[in-house]
Amino acid sequence: MKLAYWMYAGPAHIGTLRVASSFKNVHAIMHAPLGDDYFNVMRSMLERERDFTPVTASIVDRHVLARGSQEKVVENITRKDKEENPDLIILTPTCTSSILQEDLQNFVNRASLDSKSDVILADVNHYRVNELQAADRTLEQIIRFYLEKAKAKNDLIIKKTEKPSANIIGIFTLGFHNQHDCRELKRLLTDLGITINEILPEGGSVTNIKKLPNAWFNLIPYREVGLMAANYLQTEFDMPYVAITPMGLLETENCIREIVNVIKSYDSSYDFDFESYIDTQTRFISQAAWFSRSIDCQNLTGKKAVVFGDATHAASMTKILAREMGIRVSCCGTYCKHDADWFREQVDGFCDEVLITDDHTQVADMIARVEPAAIFGTQMERHIGKRLDIPCGVISAPVHIQNFPLGFRPFLGYEGTNQISDLVYNSFTLGMEDHLLEIFGGHDTKEVITKSLSTDSDLMWAPEALAELQRIPGFVRGKIKRNTEKFAREQNVNQITLEIMFAAKEAVGA
Amino acid sequence: MKNSKLNETLTFDCETGNYHTFCPISCVAWLYQKIEDSFFLVIGTKTCGYFLQNALGVMIFAEPRYAMAELEEADISAQLNDYKELKRLCLQIKQDRNPSVIVWIGTCTTEIIKMDLEGMAPKLEAEIQTPIVVARANGLDYAFTQGEDTVLSAMVQRCPSSKIHGISENSTNFEKETKQKSSSNSVNLVPDEQKNSTTKTDFCEENSLVLFGSLPTNVATQLTLELERCGIKVSGWLPSQRYVDLPVLNENVYVCGINPFLSRTATTLMRRRKCKLISAPFPIGPDGTRAWLEKICSVFGVTPVGLVEREKQIWDSLQDYIALIRGKSVFFMGDNLLEISLARFLVRCGMIVYEIGIPYLDKRFQAAELDFLEKTCNELSVSMPRIVEKPDNYNQVQRIRELQPDLAITGMAHANPLEARGINTKWSVEFTFAQIHGFTNARDILELVTRPLRRNKALENLGWNQLVKS
Repeated sequence: MKLAYWMYAGPAHIGTLRVASSFKNVHAIMHAPLGDDYFNVMRSMLERERDFTPVTASIVDRHVLARGSQEKVVENITRKDKEENPDLIILTPTCTSSILQEDLQNFVNRASLDSKSDVILADVNHYRVNELQAADRTLEQIIRFYLEKAKAKNDLIIKKTEKPSANIIGIFTLGFHNQHDCRELKRLLTDLGITINEILPEGGSVTNIKKLPNAWFNLIPYREVGLMAANYLQTEFDMPYVAITPMGLLETENCIREIVNVIKSYDSSYDFDFESYIDTQTRFISQAAWFSRSIDCQNLTGKKAVVFGDATHAASMTKILAREMGIRVSCCGTYCKHDADWFREQVDGFCDEVLITDDHTQVADMIARVEPAAIFGTQMERHIGKRLDIPCGVISAPVHIQNFPLGFRPFLGYEGTNQISDLVYNSFTLGMEDHLLEIFGGHDTKEVITKSLSTDSDLMWAPEALAELQRIPGFVRGKIKRNTEKFAREQNVNQITLEIMFAAKEAVGA
Repeated sequence: MKNSKLNETLTFDCETGNYHTFCPISCVAWLYQKIEDSFFLVIGTKTCGYFLQNALGVMIFAEPRYAMAELEEADISAQLNDYKELKRLCLQIKQDRNPSVIVWIGTCTTEIIKMDLEGMAPKLEAEIQTPIVVARANGLDYAFTQGEDTVLSAMVQRCPSSKIHGISENSTNFEKETKQKSSSNSVNLVPDEQKNSTTKTDFCEENSLVLFGSLPTNVATQLTLELERCGIKVSGWLPSQRYVDLPVLNENVYVCGINPFLSRTATTLMRRRKCKLISAPFPIGPDGTRAWLEKICSVFGVTPVGLVEREKQIWDSLQDYIALIRGKSVFFMGDNLLEISLARFLVRCGMIVYEIGIPYLDKRFQAAELDFLEKTCNELSVSMPRIVEKPDNYNQVQRIRELQPDLAITGMAHANPLEARGINTKWSVEFTFAQIHGFTNARDILELVTRPLRRNKALENLGWNQLVKS
């Protein structure tokens, strides 16, 4: 047992559900007790989804515990098949079903006899993998399933497209700025003269999976999800993949060079002038290169920062801060413990120390010890920063609703470099401003000013009413105090008791 | 309105139970804040932890007095000794926070692997000298607010049975055992006696009144004051603000619930502590509050003065909001068991209720509330709503499409998709966290109910009601 207050990566089934609900017309059925469908709330709230999340639960209750699921799971699958007519139904095990040890595969086999849709059992173990690993695994499983199915039906056309083309794999729901990144990646590839073959899983259709091998190569923008699928496609179909995250100027450049290499290996006559493309984008289209030369950025030189997040974003951010902005990364870390070796290798030489942990108290202690001028982390680090009065830019999941902005905010590609520069700059200047305010005695308006109404009044507050007043949240306390006193005056009362307080509330209807 | 003929009686249905609600472990969120010297330990998996951390949003960053005892593979396969593991964690909690009580919340996983929490707790309690209360608030058996019910019914056993002897006179066996085993720890368990001795008043002393149900302290104070106005002294609340101040319970005590989801607690109070249960409608809305007060008064043989005027005065102050909802229809999808009381209040406000979805309906515990609902519908001559226990959300969405209610009260999983289809929604969980009890807070209920309608007023004529491609 482990005493835990908070976790960076969620349980395995969340990863499976994220992949499943990213596809079009795929329905996931969780084998779970009542209340485990919290995923639907997250998707509906954080992504502000307009459609019903295609996830239902086959409820595990007392009866199931006593007698097993029996017909229940099969019935739920066939019912959903009729109601929604999906292409694919994924039966998703949870922590509960993994200890019940029911033969879910058998249910799937039986249900697929009666269903028009395909039915598969997500092959994830709650106690072995986390959300991200499960998402990676499920995506590979679905892709493998449909390619093998097509192969069996002799439906597979492994003919490359005429023009260079790519699949983008790993964009999915509830991912950190994934939608914006996807748009930016499409633009980048289009600029390079590469057409998009398929984007998976977000908005993709399982019926199109058989077309995956038509692309010249796969682009895997995020380390966490998509690599398993890319490896499978490489072994089975000899498809190369590019897994350099184009985040920051230098890595975007590396990514483009790698893409060009891959394309040239197919077609040596491909004569896109990428050197001048990179040069123009870097020096004139993106503002980031100029920003790092400008005197604003000069002021950031040698300032201390701490970076923490998933492997992709934390590694990329560390490299950007150290190489492109001259900021000293005192410590960088990730909660992707399963990918620690890759992470260490990536950030080697760009930071003073590396922290691999999924325990947020360790991260907090590290930040308190290092005392950086700014933090770049997840929502948890933002809150740690609040406590320690250190500004924080959010660069990675887990995130809140404010990290699903409506405006265009990619982290990848050339527009991404602009966004990152803003984020870095805003975090640090806010920090400086705060610091200067401290030196010069701060703003003079920190306390809520109560209008003169109450200061020279003849009103008396009874102790229990005063105690009640203290329990009211600070930001409305002043208003309630004024309203109550106004009410007391109107009633010609000069002792404010609890009763008067509540009567005042009833009277003003607030 | 679809149903043209008036339903004469309440109809009860039961569907498949495929509905969305919060896991009952969410009760730790409000209970740890209510019981200030407690610590809640949820013994479960990452799934439980993930739910708590996301459902409770920012609260998690405020050093909450709750934590997960996260079960790992070795716990499931019994390679690790549960008792030793729990002892290690509880000692750590004791050292870091020194709570007056540790509440273990059992989850689905502890049920399935049959971890004997009730058996381990008394032993560990004696060993670490901190009371341990066990509540099985799991999703296999309960929905959302019923979590509080399981915790409170476990706390009932810990209430002292008389003032003089405090908790040490407790009737439960294992506590006595505990005490004998470790006589030195009595200091911890016996509350400050002086704190418990109430000042002499002219309120009726013979039969004391204990109210059960967790409310924010100011709402509890408001209800206490309302009863005092009627001349009735509230001798205690379950839960109290501090664990060490739990109320005295014995056969002379009358108990009354303030929330509709507390049926287990009510049963435990009657069966285990021989308390006398006052069955009343719940003090939600001015009508409910008056009926609740009147019922308590009648039991104590007191004639309430000025209640009718008080109720009228509150109704008058609500007129601006009532004007917005009168004649409008509402559909409760059901997820927190407050539905019957809220529906009754909204019928009184002039709304038409199509359906009351509810996770679980204890017809005995809610009897007075159901009668009151029926009476209210008759008085306003509106159709009786259909009550659907264990609803099926998929079917409900089909019915909502057909009926096109003016308002659907629903969970967050369905709220945005329904809004995009032009159905106004109010997120149901807000009713659980807002202050809705008593005369004083009636306006807060309507504040919530009318919010989507007021939003519509502000955005009307824009023509953007349907926001999905058909």
